[in-house]
Amino acid sequence: MVTFAFYLFAIVVVASGLLTVLARNPVHSVLWLILAFLSAAGLFVILGAEFVAMLLVIVYVGAVAVLFLFVVMMLDVDFAQLKAEMVRYLPVALLIGVVILMQLAVAFGVWQVSDAAEGLRRAVPLDYDNAHNTAILGQLVYDDFLILFQLAGLILLVAMIGAIVLTLRHRTDIKRQNVLAQMYRDPAKSLEMKDLKPGQGL
Amino acid sequence: MMTSADFSILLPEISLAVYAMLALLVGVYTGKDKLAPTLVWLTAAVFVILAGWIGLAPGGTRPAFDGLFISDAFARFAKVTILLSAASVLVMSEGYMARRDLLRFEYPVLVSLGVVGMLVMVSAGDLMTLYMGLELQSLALYVVASLRRDSVKSTEAGLKYFVLGALSSGLLLYGASLTYGFSGTTLFSGIIVAVGNDAPLGLIFGLVFIASGLAFKVSAAPFHMWTPDVYEGSPTPVTAFFATAPKVAAMALFARVVHDAFGGVVGDWQQIIALISVASMFLGAVAAIGQTNIKRLMAYSSINHMGFALMGLASGTAFGVQAMLVYMAIYVVMNIGTFAFILTMERDGKPVVDIRSLNMYSRREPLRALAMLVLMFSMAGVPPLVGFFGKFYVLSAAVQSGLGWLAILGVIASVIAAYYYLRIVFYMYFGEEGETLDTAQSPLLWTFLMASAAIMVLGVVNLFGIEGAAAAAAATLVN
Repeated sequence: MVTFAFYLFAIVVVASGLLTVLARNPVHSVLWLILAFLSAAGLFVILGAEFVAMLLVIVYVGAVAVLFLFVVMMLDVDFAQLKAEMVRYLPVALLIGVVILMQLAVAFGVWQVSDAAEGLRRAVPLDYDNAHNTAILGQLVYDDFLILFQLAGLILLVAMIGAIVLTLRHRTDIKRQNVLAQMYRDPAKSLEMKDLKPGQGL
Repeated sequence: MMTSADFSILLPEISLAVYAMLALLVGVYTGKDKLAPTLVWLTAAVFVILAGWIGLAPGGTRPAFDGLFISDAFARFAKVTILLSAASVLVMSEGYMARRDLLRFEYPVLVSLGVVGMLVMVSAGDLMTLYMGLELQSLALYVVASLRRDSVKSTEAGLKYFVLGALSSGLLLYGASLTYGFSGTTLFSGIIVAVGNDAPLGLIFGLVFIASGLAFKVSAAPFHMWTPDVYEGSPTPVTAFFATAPKVAAMALFARVVHDAFGGVVGDWQQIIALISVASMFLGAVAAIGQTNIKRLMAYSSINHMGFALMGLASGTAFGVQAMLVYMAIYVVMNIGTFAFILTMERDGKPVVDIRSLNMYSRREPLRALAMLVLMFSMAGVPPLVGFFGKFYVLSAAVQSGLGWLAILGVIASVIAAYYYLRIVFYMYFGEEGETLDTAQSPLLWTFLMASAAIMVLGVVNLFGIEGAAAAAAATLVN
């Protein structure tokens, strides 16, 4: 049963990954991507990593993919033209891809694991069978790999600064609301009362 | 398990990161870009203080966080070089960027965070730390490359760098996953045990992918494609930054990976690095011949220099690493001086990058022309100058470890490369009369240019004693 589920999810991941690249309509590409994420989440469940699986669904499917969808719909890019450009280089790209694939096949054909690998594997500190995914991950991320976690935070900070530096423009030609200025405005200075007789203009 | 000892080893990096975040907060909530010049000088001062702190810190090899992070003599040498060169470039960029309305307060903050990434890179003791440091550094560089966001070229530079950088990170990660698959650990100290003295085919694939990713970061051929365009498109001070600190960090990281993690299979990576080295030296020498844009010229020049530095690494010995470190230190000093000159090249207040605009420069400014002549001769490796000793070091390291053919090819490449360095000198001294450049005003850039040229001449006495420090650094890495 697990084997069946594995092959089902694995085939769906590969197929939807392929269709993400090949789909004509970019919106369809994003939808295929979502399917790929969902199937990958299934693979994680099979591996016993439920927490990562749920994260994948919530973060990638729920947030990132939806964001992609919006970006794709809002960007004014002629994807057909980009595709045409791609077709020109397709033969060379395919040739290189096939060569690399064959080389990797050779490498994996004689794949071997170091004799010392089993001993070097990072010991799981908690009682693995009874501990929750989240507890083990927490131990790793917030204790053993704390410094890497903090560095990842710095990377995200740089990404945020970068996005602001490169896109934010303070326009001076638009009017902004200033609530205090509005409240403290003196009616006597900005209003003038005029008495008009009926039938006459100013 | 982490202890306060772990944090105390990381204290310089943590301080710099905290400083960067504070500077960001202060910048956002107070003067914004009006504060930028102050922040630039403050950041440079922080870099210099940290360089002193790290340089004078007690010696010895101290791993932190179970070996994720290593502080040793090698890391300290690279860190001091990185911090001092980043401080110099930052100070040099202030005037240029302020005049072109490019000086935003985020610039010193991004540079500080990028430098944090570089410091982590050279201290990496684990494939994950390596990747985190590399990405932190690269992401900051992508942003500063397109700092002049209204210019198509600058935007193109940032985008091109980003896309190709993402590709190279992908290659590196794939290599890291293959290595992890073989050895069962991402710690360098574990990998070297797992590999032993015999690398099977699968691990060699991992090694090749990691080497490709790192070769991209040091802009070595055949992974150099982005370099000329990014150097040309970025604002000139940013180009100066690209040519110095990140190169030292990436080269030091390269040395650390091949020696700390793959030190048992020297023969396997030696041939890869030797090939990259030859390709870079020749590409950097030949492709620059047709260039008249001095920023593109400097890009090819840096590819050529990286080839020489990799030659030191390719010898696979402690002396080779020492030669590489000395070469990188000399390279950084030469580049700072040369960019101090390039930053003053302008006509009617607009930057000029055509080397033909230097025609008869020596008539008007003999002293600056002389300094530039010294720097160009040093870059070309003409004997009495310091640049020659850098080349001499790497060549003798290659010969000592039986790579005589590599040394011979290196000499040929340096002769070819001498052509374009000397062409700049030719234009300055024997060119035709033409439109002239503005008289350079900045006393700061003048100081950097003269100091760099003076180092190239005075350093021949004892290279300011960096040999000893480099030897000690190399000894901790290779044993």
